[in-house]
Amino acid sequence: MNLIEILGFGEKGWGGLLLAGMMMTLAVTITALIIGAIVGALVAWAKLSKSLVWRLIGDAYTTVFRGVPELLIIYLIYFGGSLWVSWLGSLLGLQGFIGLPAFGAGALGVGLISASYQAEVYRGSYLAIVPGEIEAARAIGMGRMKRFFRIIAPQIMRFSLPGLGNVWQLSLKDSALISVTGLAELMRQSEVAAGSTRLYFVFYIAGGVLYLVLTTLSDRVFGVAERRVARSFRGGLGRG
Amino acid sequence: MDFAFLSETMQQLLAVTPLTIELWILCITIGCVISIFVTWARVSGVPGLSHLAAAYVFVFRGSPLLIQMFLLYYGLSQFVAVRQSIFWPILRDPFNSAVISLALCTGAYQAEIWRGGLQAVPAREIEAGRAIGMSRLLLFRRIIVPNALRQALPAYSTEIVLMMKATALASLVTVWEVTGTAQRLISQTYRTFEVFLCAAIIYLVLNFLVIRVMRLVEHLVSPHLRGRPAAEPLAVAVGVPGLAEAGPPRPVVPGAPPEHAASPTEMPEVPR
Repeated sequence: MNLIEILGFGEKGWGGLLLAGMMMTLAVTITALIIGAIVGALVAWAKLSKSLVWRLIGDAYTTVFRGVPELLIIYLIYFGGSLWVSWLGSLLGLQGFIGLPAFGAGALGVGLISASYQAEVYRGSYLAIVPGEIEAARAIGMGRMKRFFRIIAPQIMRFSLPGLGNVWQLSLKDSALISVTGLAELMRQSEVAAGSTRLYFVFYIAGGVLYLVLTTLSDRVFGVAERRVARSFRGGLGRG
Repeated sequence: MDFAFLSETMQQLLAVTPLTIELWILCITIGCVISIFVTWARVSGVPGLSHLAAAYVFVFRGSPLLIQMFLLYYGLSQFVAVRQSIFWPILRDPFNSAVISLALCTGAYQAEIWRGGLQAVPAREIEAGRAIGMSRLLLFRRIIVPNALRQALPAYSTEIVLMMKATALASLVTVWEVTGTAQRLISQTYRTFEVFLCAAIIYLVLNFLVIRVMRLVEHLVSPHLRGRPAAEPLAVAVGVPGLAEAGPPRPVVPGAPPEHAASPTEMPEVPR
């Protein structure tokens, strides 16, 4: 068997499987990023809060999720979540072990990790807003909600874009760890193909190349987005 | 809370903590050596060499560490030539494979950090060094390295904390360090949260110590940022109004010589 046949899309080829894995990696990372955006915004809000309790909770969240290995957090969510669901099931009279869906558990795990990084990004962006603009909004009588949606949120989104690009790259690479739960994403599919054909080198290289394609492409997408957003800024340092 | 179980778990995890630390120290050190060569190649300006270094950084930063580790551990054994080479006794061992792939990965990240530090060295300081006739080596040793190191330190401490977390991946090539042992305990006892708690505490303490030490190093290498000595004796002596009172009080350094001209009565005579 030659390489083209093995990596191709024919009957004996693994190309289709690898591409399906790549799509799964994209899907799970996008889901994780959305979960991370929601949780991250809440954590950023807690960290910026005036109340000491909320600040402590926010700080504890970012310390734990950025200080503990990603793999350990995925184990916690996957095994812990499954045990919890099994326990809930036993209350409802369902016997035995109920596994959490690998996609949901993986996306949640990577999402919660990404939330801790996103929280820092959002916090930094909030602090980058010129205080005068918030004062001006207050002066002309904008309410809290209006101030948030008209003045604060649009600027946070703009300032956060470069930081979010970094978080996306991190999450993309973290998503490879979801393979331990058996989700058929790119890493897992490379393992399966490598194990079945015993061509470990070929398939890990192929998987690695596909990851490089993903990271390079998303780099481009974020570059384009940043340039679009930069139009609304006045020319300044680092906003070329 | 079952404290007996917690303490037993903690003991089992603490028993393998040295392995995690060993992995970490080895990969940071080897990675640092790799990164110095890569940085040197990257900024050398030799066309082929700098492209090669850039490609190395691109590949190792752009793909997940897990796939790199599997490639090294499982992938290389596919070749008969590798299995018969003198490197096989080294590569066959999962611990060595883990260290090598962790080091190769952090080498790429560290090279980017050093490059950023080099770029942050102010051009005028290099020009000034040249202007007073420093040789290339002296310029490098006195101006470029201290500046670049100082600039790179914060990013470097982030990177080594990331590597502490990355050592967890070694468990997937059968090195039973803290995360691997925790996973085994979870599958034996089904008590996920307690085991996670113990392992998390170990990692958090290790990372906290690393961050503290790095902060100390940052503090030690940047004495110039620590506020200049206020209340210069001359200003006091000449009696410039407002100048002597201005400025923050000089921090009390233990063992420092007593401040000169502390009170007006001891004020030295001003030569006219």
